[in-house]
Amino acid sequence: MEQILYSLFEYKEAIFIIALSIFLGIEVISNVPSVLHTPLMSGANAISGVIIIGGIILVGHADLTRLSLELVLGILALFFGTLNVVGGFAVTDRMLEMFKKKKPQKAN
Amino acid sequence: MNSATGITTTGDIVLELSYLVAALLFVYGLKQLSHPETARRGSRWAAGAMFLAMVTTALLHRNAEGNPIEIQNLIIIILAVTIGAVVGWIVSRKVKMTAMPQLVSLFNASGGAASALVALLEFPNAIAGDLFSMLVPVLGLLIGAVAFSGSVIAFGKLDDRIGDIRAGYMKYVNLALLIATLVFAGWLVFSGIAPAELIWAIWVLFALALIYGVSFVMPIGGADMPVVISLLNSLTGIAAAMAGFIYSNQAMILGGILVGAAGMILTFLMCEAMNRSLLNVLVGAFGGGGAAVDRDMGIMKEITVSDAAVLLNYSQKVVVIPGYGLAVAQAQHIAHELDTLLESRGVSVRYAIHPVAGRMPGHMNVLLAEADVPYDKLVEMDHINPDMPNVDVAIVIGANDVVNPAAYDDPSSPIYGMPIIDAHLAKNIIVMKRGAGKGYAGIENFLFFNDKTRMFYGNAKDSLQKLAAEIKNM
Repeated sequence: MEQILYSLFEYKEAIFIIALSIFLGIEVISNVPSVLHTPLMSGANAISGVIIIGGIILVGHADLTRLSLELVLGILALFFGTLNVVGGFAVTDRMLEMFKKKKPQKAN
Repeated sequence: MNSATGITTTGDIVLELSYLVAALLFVYGLKQLSHPETARRGSRWAAGAMFLAMVTTALLHRNAEGNPIEIQNLIIIILAVTIGAVVGWIVSRKVKMTAMPQLVSLFNASGGAASALVALLEFPNAIAGDLFSMLVPVLGLLIGAVAFSGSVIAFGKLDDRIGDIRAGYMKYVNLALLIATLVFAGWLVFSGIAPAELIWAIWVLFALALIYGVSFVMPIGGADMPVVISLLNSLTGIAAAMAGFIYSNQAMILGGILVGAAGMILTFLMCEAMNRSLLNVLVGAFGGGGAAVDRDMGIMKEITVSDAAVLLNYSQKVVVIPGYGLAVAQAQHIAHELDTLLESRGVSVRYAIHPVAGRMPGHMNVLLAEADVPYDKLVEMDHINPDMPNVDVAIVIGANDVVNPAAYDDPSSPIYGMPIIDAHLAKNIIVMKRGAGKGYAGIENFLFFNDKTRMFYGNAKDSLQKLAAEIKNM
């Protein structure tokens, strides 16, 4: 119990950030029109590819003198992360481009 | 970060600041993304923030010993990123808009896999006895792995490669698996054993989480996929945030939790649109039945192409209600052709969009936008319903449950209470449907037996083509 309390205290800032980010996420998303649900989801999905930073750090400091499982998995993580980020943003942009095309017509 | 060396360099400061900027830009980008006018800019800001964080990390990050990333490592990073980027780019350009839900599931799976792998590799660096440092990689691995295998299954279902397992026992299998996984994860965190001696255990946890992800999505029906995708999306965000705590990285923490919270909100919005609880969706209690069978339903009446053409041509107000059948048949372009044709004859045509039409939240909007249907023709359910009694013809294309009046008047129906588009209030209803069978959920639709309803059987695309050709000749 004491250990748990101590951990809570030690990481109070982290907990603070979590709580605030949750409120922020809710606040930012509420009232989004359903037209945008799909692009929003794929855009958010691309942002979750931020894990790529972890991949860069892992592979960046990996020992290259021998081929280890760690290195292979790290490169894999980096590949998957980039796929998520680039693919996600590219496809979001493509969808939003289609929405944008309608604007001149709407003005007429 | 880099506190081991005790020296903070200018590079460290720039790196930290770049993470801060990236985190703020994620918030700003997401905010912009939720408004139609600024959405595209928002997505680009977020992409730019991601690029910034990647570049500064590669150039400025130092490990615990204070060593920067070596040039050889940098080359490998650039190679891996380039391959990932090229594959991602090509796939995202080539994919058909109808396949968008599958693609998002796939990208989500790859994000989950990346999070799980990072957590797996960082676990040995956790400090035994420090709960938080043990908890964070364990949770990251668990959530990332579930998001990965769950998304792969969701992809398979959306792509019609995997069927549903709708057996009742799956509930108990899932519950048992979940409890086993959580208990095992709890033991890992609280055992106090040094992580270096728990490498076998973290692999076991990885395997358990992967299996749970599969069995958790397996029993959930295709019609519920919008909710599941949204939920899995949220999980990937949380997994990324966990990895962010491993590195005390603000951009990862904020970005991840933001996505997690946003995904949760969308998930609940979807559930609300179907009038079901999240638990109900996950346990998969949806199915046929109800006392509906006892009711006298009358007969379904067919309509010929020429009758339908005449009816539409001499109407004033037509509302098209598209469902997944339209998407499957790739009929969005021909639907737009029909509506321009009718408009040229002085008929007002609008599209009524149910929040869960299609296989992903907002999917129908994307499909119709692809077919160049103007924005202002797409009307949301709450706005179209009050005007429904004034509508001359409602054309239901490949939609079923979202127009089933049982939602209003049959308390025994599984969809009772779900908000629907009031097609039954229109003066005439034409239902385009592949055959006379029940819809996905296996529920009889009284709309089809309504005196005002005429059935138009066939593939949505063929039916619309025939109809358009007939009207053209009038």
